[in-house]
Amino acid sequence: MKLEMKDQPGQLVAALKPISAVGGNIIAVIHQRETSTPAEALDVQIVLELPEGRLPNLLELFREQGVSVVRIGEERLLYECTLIMIGHLMHTDLSDTVDQIDRTGSAEVTELSLVMPAIDAPSSARITIRSTTRAEMKRAIRILSAVAKQKDLLIIEPLEDA
Amino acid sequence: MRIAILGFGSVGRGIARALLAKDLDITVTGLADSRSGIIDAGGIDLAAALAQKENGGPCGNAGVSPGDVVAKAEYDVLVEVTPTNVETGEPALGHIREALRRGRHVVTSNKGPIALAYPELRALAEANGVLLKYEATVCGAIPLIHAMQEGLAGNTISRLYGVFNGTCNYILTRMAAEGLTYEQALAEARDLGYAEADPTYDVEGIDAGVKLVILANALLDLHTTLDDVERTGITLLSPEALQLAEDQDCTIRLIGEIIPGAGVLRVSPRIIPKIHPLVVEGTLNAVTVEADLAGDLTFIGKGAGSAETASAVIGDLLYIQSRHVKGS
Ligand SMILES: NC(=O)c1ccc[n+]([C@@H]2O[C@H](COP(=O)([O-])OP(=O)(O)OC[C@H]3O[C@@H](n4cnc5c(N)ncnc54)[C@H](OP(=O)(O)O)[C@@H]3O)[C@@H](O)[C@H]2O)c1
Repeated sequence: MKLEMKDQPGQLVAALKPISAVGGNIIAVIHQRETSTPAEALDVQIVLELPEGRLPNLLELFREQGVSVVRIGEERLLYECTLIMIGHLMHTDLSDTVDQIDRTGSAEVTELSLVMPAIDAPSSARITIRSTTRAEMKRAIRILSAVAKQKDLLIIEPLEDA
Repeated sequence: MRIAILGFGSVGRGIARALLAKDLDITVTGLADSRSGIIDAGGIDLAAALAQKENGGPCGNAGVSPGDVVAKAEYDVLVEVTPTNVETGEPALGHIREALRRGRHVVTSNKGPIALAYPELRALAEANGVLLKYEATVCGAIPLIHAMQEGLAGNTISRLYGVFNGTCNYILTRMAAEGLTYEQALAEARDLGYAEADPTYDVEGIDAGVKLVILANALLDLHTTLDDVERTGITLLSPEALQLAEDQDCTIRLIGEIIPGAGVLRVSPRIIPKIHPLVVEGTLNAVTVEADLAGDLTFIGKGAGSAETASAVIGDLLYIQSRHVKGS
């Protein structure tokens, strides 16, 4: 999720406190000088992770602190990971494979590219998963690995985490 | 310094050639291959032994066994460079034990004994006041073990990962570059002498796994065996999978990885950006070490080859010579 606010003295500190109070996790604080606004007015963007359903709570705390939020950009699925699968993907019900991840509610398959070289030959697919948190990504990959084992598919993970 | 060499194949002969070419103050007093041996306290004629071997003959006399060389030759260091057996470590393991018991240093390129019995062998070496060195067992010419034991001595290693098998790296490089199937690339690797007739040991990730076990046990104080390594080989990789990776400026490499804190010990094909330092071409090896004080270090070099592996063995020999063998 992205919050944008004006950087007036004290605003940033006032904004950061409530975030941790509601169990949020700050990922980045970005200052942006906008050419269209007067020189001294900086925009601040805070990128953060928030437990499901805490946003109203946070906005309430902000109001109490006098922090004015200019814009809220909610992006639920912050983490992305791309893997490759090899095997009899169609014969082993690809939509079920995808479904097992989507069913978690906190991770989703957002892209899939499938190459089927010949009938009965193993196919290969690149699969992109997005998730709300790093832990959920780990869980999604664990689920995928378990499904792959069951269906005799090879999963190739990236060297580095999402 | 006097040494005895067991094994006169690619590595053994590479050592002999280097000793002939350089003045290292090392005399070979014992030598054996699978069928023959020589013991000569005055120094074996290496040029003659090489010539004999290259003509298809044995390196020495049929009446002298490797066991005789270990037990009877007069040497300061036993150089053990016979074939690897990852199940029993034998006959190398027995020969190494015997030399250590005789109070002789040991240098080896043989992964079997080190992966299977490092703690025992190290204790035996210590009890006898001698050294056991094994730089050549992991990544051929790259002085990885020396770097970790000496240069990085004060560091805590949080992760170690890389390309430990040149055969697999060659196959994957060719599949990515030419769109070859696994079988085609393997056949090419065989023609060039990069893969054995039975490539199982390389392509199933066993070789890389054994190297992880050596590093984990000898340098990271873990107590692991090959069974602890989560292992996936490259035999099922498809050209389509490499193309799918390529579409995102990535490729696929067989990566060995140790994360001591998380108990991770695994060998598996991984997707990796093409600009990543571990993406090396052909039969090269590459390893990244994440150390708390030093930061990340990446080592790249030849993981196999006659002269290259001899380089690691000779580095170990000169280490012993400079510190522990006096007046010889
Ligand atoms: N080649 C490399 O680049 C490389 C790199 C790193 C580590 N290593 C390791 O270094 C070791 C040697 O490799 P290599 O490539 O030199 O192997 P190689 O070319 O197959 O040579 C092995 C040598 O050992 C001899 N031998 C076999 N059994 C023996 C026994 N019981 N007693 C005494 N000698 C015996 C063979 O005798 P014959 O000549 O009579 O057959 C041969 O001379 C292996 O453990 C290997 O894993 C090799």
